[in-house]
Amino acid sequence: MLKTHITMREAAPWPLLSKYKIGQAILLIFLSLNRLHAPAAWAAGAGALQFNEMYDSVSSLGITLSDKLKSLEGEVVAMEGFMAPPLKPTLDFFVLTRVPMSICPFCSSDANWPYDIVMVRLDKSVTSLPFDRPIRVEGRLELGSEIDEETGFVSVVRIRATRIQEARK
Amino acid sequence: MRRIKALFVTGVLLMFGAAAMASEAEIVVLPIDRAKFLAGQRFDLEVEFRGASANEIGLLIDGRDASEFFGKEPVVKKSGTLSSFRFNDVALTKAGEITAEAKAKVGGKEYVKSVRYTVVPPQEQKARNVILFIGDGMGLASRQIARILSKGVTEGKYDGLLEMELLQDGTALINTSGYDSLVTDSANSASAYATGHKSVVNAMGVYENSDPDPLTHPKVENITELVKRARGMSVGLVTTSNITDATPAAMVAHTRRRAEQNFIAGEMAKADVILGGGSQQFLPRSVAGSKRADDRDLIEEFKAEGYAFAANRAGLAAAKGERVLGLFGLDNMNVYLDREILKDPEVLGGFTDQPTLMEMTKHAIDILSKNENGFFLMVEGACIDKQLHSMDWERSAYDTIEFDKAIGVAREFAANDGSTLIITTADHSHGISILGTYHERDGKTGREAVRTYAESIFPTFSDSNGDGFPENPAPDVTLAIGYANHPDYYEDFKFHAKPVSPAIMSGDVAVGNTARAPRGALYIGNIPANESSEVHTADDVPLSAAGPGADYFRGVMDNTEVFFGIVRALGIDPAQK
Repeated sequence: MLKTHITMREAAPWPLLSKYKIGQAILLIFLSLNRLHAPAAWAAGAGALQFNEMYDSVSSLGITLSDKLKSLEGEVVAMEGFMAPPLKPTLDFFVLTRVPMSICPFCSSDANWPYDIVMVRLDKSVTSLPFDRPIRVEGRLELGSEIDEETGFVSVVRIRATRIQEARK
Repeated sequence: MRRIKALFVTGVLLMFGAAAMASEAEIVVLPIDRAKFLAGQRFDLEVEFRGASANEIGLLIDGRDASEFFGKEPVVKKSGTLSSFRFNDVALTKAGEITAEAKAKVGGKEYVKSVRYTVVPPQEQKARNVILFIGDGMGLASRQIARILSKGVTEGKYDGLLEMELLQDGTALINTSGYDSLVTDSANSASAYATGHKSVVNAMGVYENSDPDPLTHPKVENITELVKRARGMSVGLVTTSNITDATPAAMVAHTRRRAEQNFIAGEMAKADVILGGGSQQFLPRSVAGSKRADDRDLIEEFKAEGYAFAANRAGLAAAKGERVLGLFGLDNMNVYLDREILKDPEVLGGFTDQPTLMEMTKHAIDILSKNENGFFLMVEGACIDKQLHSMDWERSAYDTIEFDKAIGVAREFAANDGSTLIITTADHSHGISILGTYHERDGKTGREAVRTYAESIFPTFSDSNGDGFPENPAPDVTLAIGYANHPDYYEDFKFHAKPVSPAIMSGDVAVGNTARAPRGALYIGNIPANESSEVHTADDVPLSAAGPGADYFRGVMDNTEVFFGIVRALGIDPAQK
């Protein structure tokens, strides 16, 4: 028998951290976009924006947004890129990247996203999009640092998507 | 000494406990059985009773009550069928074997778990400084590939040895497993080097308990904390990855989750010279490019603490003083081939003035060696590993050569200094092997052009300027490299002018990326389909050492022994100061 008994007192349960699992890519995402695969009827005047036009300079002290990007704030823009596997199953946003993402839990955690990415917000919803083929996103451009409360994902450049479809090559 | 009296819980709780006992209940003692300590090394000792509601748990150390043994009371927690008590920040000061026996009672049933610890005494000091070089993922084949490219081979004899291969006072094979699994990751393995204790995948400086909070697991004192506390030494961390990535992080931080990089960035202030990539973890979230979730500006905080800050190669040259923070990229630095040879603006993305690992190592040694108490410096060749994950052996090989050149810088310093132990090893291996050579001189392509046995004529890499780096990473006759563990991928045995992922996610499976080899053959993966990169292997890794104390390294050793070789050479006595 033990010399000392340590009494187990009731303590508050340990807090559960709401950490999402990266790499938990889901096969289908449900965007209820109208006529997703219908012929594109892009908004007239949507400003085409390329990944390499977003920044003026990049250094260890941060990124300077380009004049073109800033001039398009609040405007409707169209971008082509790749949809990264979503960070969470409840899809109210995804990340648009210049090249398709390969997710490696040890070398590409959420902390290691490339810096030239665009967060695409989704108001509406449905249908699946491939992660390995280019997609085209159209919507209003938003700028400024924001954090997604659920995932901790920090974004600077966002598009509030009104139309998404596979890019035609 | 105050005793905690037993307090018997209600019959309802006992019934609850008995019901929960249907599943297996167990006692877990952390640190685990066969853990080894330097006498006086600080740690947290935790006992968890899992799977049933215990009404009593207790711990004896060499037959003495643990509270009495440590002279302090434990922190006690209980939640559902999990009970724990923990002694924070204690030490075993007497060398020898020691037994810790934990007991738990559930109703009338008693559970017992006994662990044995080994405590080694401090040794006489042999070296003033230790430089630990970690080639991330640099297994035996990586070293040999670098030797072929950098030194050349003529009629089967190598035309020279790598700097790391000239460290010949101690040689060993290192086992890399953590205590949870055969195949380790860089956090777990670097943690073994930093603390002398194994941990679990994704963890550093801690044993794993049941708490979901990654920052509260029981800690073990690391090399940075020890050499600062016991001798007032300086500490330097140099890498080509994010400075908050696993290997440098494990030298200073304690966390169950290596992804806690915002936290780890703050922990970097335990070191004096911090050079690498990853300013994204130091910039306030309001700055574009930041990956912080708060408004802390760590660069300004470090400056206020007396650190000179450098953002590029020119800044590093100008950064003087005793403490330097150099962050040369928002993310990982580019690899040597892209930084110094190919210089494709699209790949570099604006970071056109990054220092080499040699320059960073030299700068760190220049600063750290001013401390007469000595220094501990960890230098990591980080992208040797990252490029093998991407199945890009050429980019990996050039970074291995760069890493080797940095070892040359340290050897030069050690030759003059005379009191520096240099250790070079890897933290784990990768599944690469040299199949032979590859050429298309006879018109064959793909696997038919992989030359084996007598057909494997020597490769034609050439280094005409003698800097150790072949000018052309894709010569007429190159190496044929095979990968033992891989996702679906396309292979043509050719060099990639730009980095390219071997596989990309499509739904929850990784599919081969045709961009890697548009006319290449598809190789079906042999690891789970949701894995999009080549992965670590459990192979032992080579260690080479030279200088005072290097004789410790011989034969086949556990990875935790690297820590004991370091503290033995330095003669660290945690009881001092």
